[in-house]
Amino acid sequence: MLGYIIRRLLIMVLMILLVSTMIFLLFRTMPGDPTASMVDPSIPREARQALLERYGLHESLWTQYAIFMKDLVRLDFGTSYFYNRPVLRVIQDRLPATLILMFTAMLFAYIIGIFGGAWMAWKRGTKLESLGITFSLIFRSAPTFWVGLLVIMFFAVRLGWFPAQGMRSTGYVGNTFREIFLTTDFLRHLVLPAFTAGLYFLATPTLIMRNSMLEVLSEDYIEMAHAKGLRERRVLYRHAARNALLPVVTAGALFIGAAIGGQVLIEVVYSWPGLGREIVQAVTRSDYPLAQGCFIILSTLVMVMNLIADVLYAFLDPRITY
Amino acid sequence: MGQMITRIREFMRSGLNPKQGGGSSIRRNSQSFFAVFITSLKSDKLALIGVVLLIFFIFVGIFAEQIAPHGPRDRHYTEDRQIRRLEPPSWEHPFGTTDVGRDIYSQVVLGTRTALIVGFLAALLVTFVGSVVGIISGYFGGVVDTVLMRIVDFFYAIPFIPFVIVLAAVLKPSLWNVILAVSMLSWRTVARIVRSQVLSIAKRPYIKAAKVAGAGHVRIMFKYILPNVIPLVLLEMAFMVNWAITAEASIAFLGFGDPRVTSWGQILHINFVSGYSRAAWWWTIPPGLAIVLLLVSIFFFARSLEAVVDPRLRKR
Repeated sequence: MLGYIIRRLLIMVLMILLVSTMIFLLFRTMPGDPTASMVDPSIPREARQALLERYGLHESLWTQYAIFMKDLVRLDFGTSYFYNRPVLRVIQDRLPATLILMFTAMLFAYIIGIFGGAWMAWKRGTKLESLGITFSLIFRSAPTFWVGLLVIMFFAVRLGWFPAQGMRSTGYVGNTFREIFLTTDFLRHLVLPAFTAGLYFLATPTLIMRNSMLEVLSEDYIEMAHAKGLRERRVLYRHAARNALLPVVTAGALFIGAAIGGQVLIEVVYSWPGLGREIVQAVTRSDYPLAQGCFIILSTLVMVMNLIADVLYAFLDPRITY
Repeated sequence: MGQMITRIREFMRSGLNPKQGGGSSIRRNSQSFFAVFITSLKSDKLALIGVVLLIFFIFVGIFAEQIAPHGPRDRHYTEDRQIRRLEPPSWEHPFGTTDVGRDIYSQVVLGTRTALIVGFLAALLVTFVGSVVGIISGYFGGVVDTVLMRIVDFFYAIPFIPFVIVLAAVLKPSLWNVILAVSMLSWRTVARIVRSQVLSIAKRPYIKAAKVAGAGHVRIMFKYILPNVIPLVLLEMAFMVNWAITAEASIAFLGFGDPRVTSWGQILHINFVSGYSRAAWWWTIPPGLAIVLLLVSIFFFARSLEAVVDPRLRKR
């Protein structure tokens, strides 16, 4: 088991280096003058040359790559043109917001999904179940950003229950983690984006739970529990649901990885100051070091989640051997 | 990771069929693919609705220019030469007008074509590349398999939307680049699913018999294995169409789409950027609803296809 984890970790590091190489090449080999997008071509030539040298863009591709990789290992992603701060600092500021939003939404989706899925399996073959499936499919098909727009229109503008954008009210300044994230103001801002993301996530745990439950419910020990005269609810949640949870749990970690894309859209719709919104803005502003850094961090996040999924799977299901 | 993904995929897929095992028809060997499909449609109302809706969307997509009453960028004026700004739905403009007096109904109609083109082309490309890789990987096994599956793993590690954003920044925004970006990251899923299917097929006696009889690798792969994988591939393709349509809408919504092509995502992008997504419901709802309806119809269509593909879902 430990050997497996170490092997996977090594593969992950290799993958991160590969992804970084890919992103490096993407930015350096784009058609036309690659420096044009990094340093404004309209400024005087001497100034431009100075800037190119400052960013090391006058070197050959190989030298640039060597420098890039050396910096990467030291977690130095360069300096953001727009913020004029180290990229790593900007990312550090944005990462907690992204993670908090993501995990809140997952939590919401999982609690409802697990109970809803178990309930749907219990009610299989009825109209209620078809309704449940159809609804989860509709929420799965609806583009997250569109649902976000509708939720804002209804809950924030019409009803005025929750704020529509940002992470805190204007004028509020917090410096420490506690001052920023552990306030009711923050929680109020979190409700709508987490709800929207949760709706989108909902279908996966619900459907997986339902199918997994259907498998478990046909097992002998469930019949045994019935024969003992246990109450239905007890059989459903104490005996069946526990064993049906395995695929749901592992799918979760894997799914978070896949969900990061949707997260970008939600952050944009709600002006949520996270990594996803930052990468969109960085690309629009041609702030390439920042875009590069955000991309590498986001892919690392995906890989870590995939790894957790695999390890959880191997850990929870003794039938799997590696 | 491979077995897990296929397993989850299976779970998700069978989730589509509420009446598991309660499919539809008896298929004798003489019955064609198509005949089974029709019988399954007759017994499953949702699938029927899906197919009808899908045909409707394809019809609108093909005749979009004839159906749309106005150009997507035409500005409309009232009799006293005022721009019709943000008008709610009326007989003249069934979905109302935008902040610069454009007809939203026409834009939505024209967006149908974009969605369908991107959806089908990307899905075609994805399933083609994915199946070829999957068949080669599953058939040859060994080193070939390991190398190809490591490449697949690599593509699983790349977050989709961020990658597309970066690609859009590097390449010029155009419809083809969107299709390219979607395809580049989606073939991996198909490859993996096809591979696991091929692994089991390649062990069957008739494949060994073909080998002994002296058939070449290419012949075995595409003449004897491929036909067995095609139903699964078709089903996967239906899911890929949905995926591609959502992806295109998302890219366009973020503003990285082709600015010259009207699409549902682009309508929502302008709606959001202009700030009127908070008030002009007639502008926000139609394009999103169109996406949902199209995707759900393809889902239900895929579901009826699934009854054809997977005999376990049929009543015996």
